[in-house]
Amino acid sequence: MSRRVLTSRSWLVGVPAAAAVLLFLMPVLGIALRTPWARLPEQLASPVVHEAMWLSLLASFGALGCALLSGLPLAVWLANGHSPLRTVARVVVMLPIVLPPVVGGIALLLAFGRAGVVGTWLDRAFGVSLPFSTAGATLAATYMGMPFFVLAVEAGLRAFDRRHLAAAATLGAGPTRRFLTVTLPMILPSVQAGALLCWARALGEFCATQTFAGNLAGSTRTMPLACGVAMETDPELAIVLSLILSAVSVVVLVSLRQRWLVAR
Amino acid sequence: MSLRLDVQVRRGPLQLAIELEVGARETVAIVGPNGAGKSSLLLAVAGLLPLERGRIALADEVLDGGAGGPFVPPEARRAGMMFQDLLLFPHLAAIDNVAYGLRARGVGRAVARATADEWLRRVGLAEHGAALPGSLSGGQAQRVALARALAASPRLLLLDEPLAAVDASTRLRLRRDLRAHLDAFAGPRLLVTHDAVDAFALADRIAVVEAGRVVQAGSIAEICSRPRSRYVADLVGLNFLRGICRGGRLQVDGGGTLIVSQAPEGNVLATVHPRAIALYRSRPDGTPRNVWPAAIEALEVAGDRVRVRLRGEPWLVAEVTPLAVAELQLGIGGTVWVALKATEVEVFAA
Repeated sequence: MSRRVLTSRSWLVGVPAAAAVLLFLMPVLGIALRTPWARLPEQLASPVVHEAMWLSLLASFGALGCALLSGLPLAVWLANGHSPLRTVARVVVMLPIVLPPVVGGIALLLAFGRAGVVGTWLDRAFGVSLPFSTAGATLAATYMGMPFFVLAVEAGLRAFDRRHLAAAATLGAGPTRRFLTVTLPMILPSVQAGALLCWARALGEFCATQTFAGNLAGSTRTMPLACGVAMETDPELAIVLSLILSAVSVVVLVSLRQRWLVAR
Repeated sequence: MSLRLDVQVRRGPLQLAIELEVGARETVAIVGPNGAGKSSLLLAVAGLLPLERGRIALADEVLDGGAGGPFVPPEARRAGMMFQDLLLFPHLAAIDNVAYGLRARGVGRAVARATADEWLRRVGLAEHGAALPGSLSGGQAQRVALARALAASPRLLLLDEPLAAVDASTRLRLRRDLRAHLDAFAGPRLLVTHDAVDAFALADRIAVVEAGRVVQAGSIAEICSRPRSRYVADLVGLNFLRGICRGGRLQVDGGGTLIVSQAPEGNVLATVHPRAIALYRSRPDGTPRNVWPAAIEALEVAGDRVRVRLRGEPWLVAEVTPLAVAELQLGIGGTVWVALKATEVEVFAA
């Protein structure tokens, strides 16, 4: 059985495939070709870029932290069995993956906004207001990014052979030790892939952040938002910000690919 | 410190109801067909399958008192288990697999590793401590799994098909080594196998389980001489001999010498299939190398065959058709000539 025999090399495959590659290649080339390379160091040093980068790092790693702290236990619970309650929970958690981000932003506003269902109470009880705060931007990023983490980790847990836990139990390991020394290391590839996807999605979050947390320089204007603003006022800056985000995306993709190649 | 079992639990379509006692320093082999409940029994003893009714007790300590009764969780039972699929932790090096049980009991990392190293040396894998399970051969993985179970200093030992994943060539050596490790272990030992020879070679006593129940239990000699079901007859129907082999001659313990082909020297185990034994009214004159007279001790019908117990040197059980019994006029107390080809005696190192 040679691979060649079944490999299609007709123009029916080649021509449309080449067109598709061009569709994806040209935008990347566009950014690379239009980047003002000579003035790049100066642009990168500008406070606007620094501020946006700092906020993006805060919001995206904040989202990743929330995913690890609450998304991991959630994935464990979801993977623990089948029940109607779990099905409902899974649909609700996965919703942001398919929801248009602007709808996500509106939904967040109705729940956690100053007049929202939870927001009113938060404001009255603690004087906490999420809109127009970095915490709000982080919440939006978490809402849009964490589902990817939960999805990947739950899949990893379902594929994990639980009989290894039985082996660990007969060796004297209690539930916590079993989770930390057997489950977690064995599903690590899924956790890493989920973390990368979650972080990348949070980093790129634009619409939900703008709708819910607003577009306020210094507190909610992350890189994608700064990019959008710069398109109106300083297109060159927009290109530089796009270049940074593209570079980050490539790094994420490459590391994901390596992870998948190593793990399977 | 004996282990007393009264295991009553349902698992899928199978209702398990097994009573059994395993003494300290005793190895009991659980044999039986697939789906008979052998592995479920081990899971129940390990604490991985809680009882519905009944009781599992080690010495005076009740490990499981059935639903509503006391229940010691698996991590507190100190029941060393070797799983059929081994279930080595794929992300840990062999030495860390073996050290796992010690670490779980709070032994410090350095001490645990040193002890694990010693166990790896004892199972002949001193050089493979750093290897991940995925890079070990079937036999090596088996040894790591055994060392992992033993290193945690368990109070009882549960082995589920310990020789299943090994190829024939390593099986003999592994079986001999396993026997040595079992003999050195001070607690009760329960061994599940579907291989009669493994059971004979490793166990002191055999319990035959069919459809969730013990259909027969006893010493190897008892089971061999009076199989109570077709399955048992087929399973333990082999004649089982111990002896010393020198220069192609097997001196059988209890009397008799057999000429064998291609045999190791020294202490050996040997099996002879009852259907490979031919019986004659008078001394035969042909190719079989082993010919001796024997008295007929008993005739037992087992299914469509008759098992003839022969008192001679050595003692053997032959299986013949009812027609042959009639033609040879075989009767209890009568004398026949027994013929056995050298190639029909399977000999392996003990």
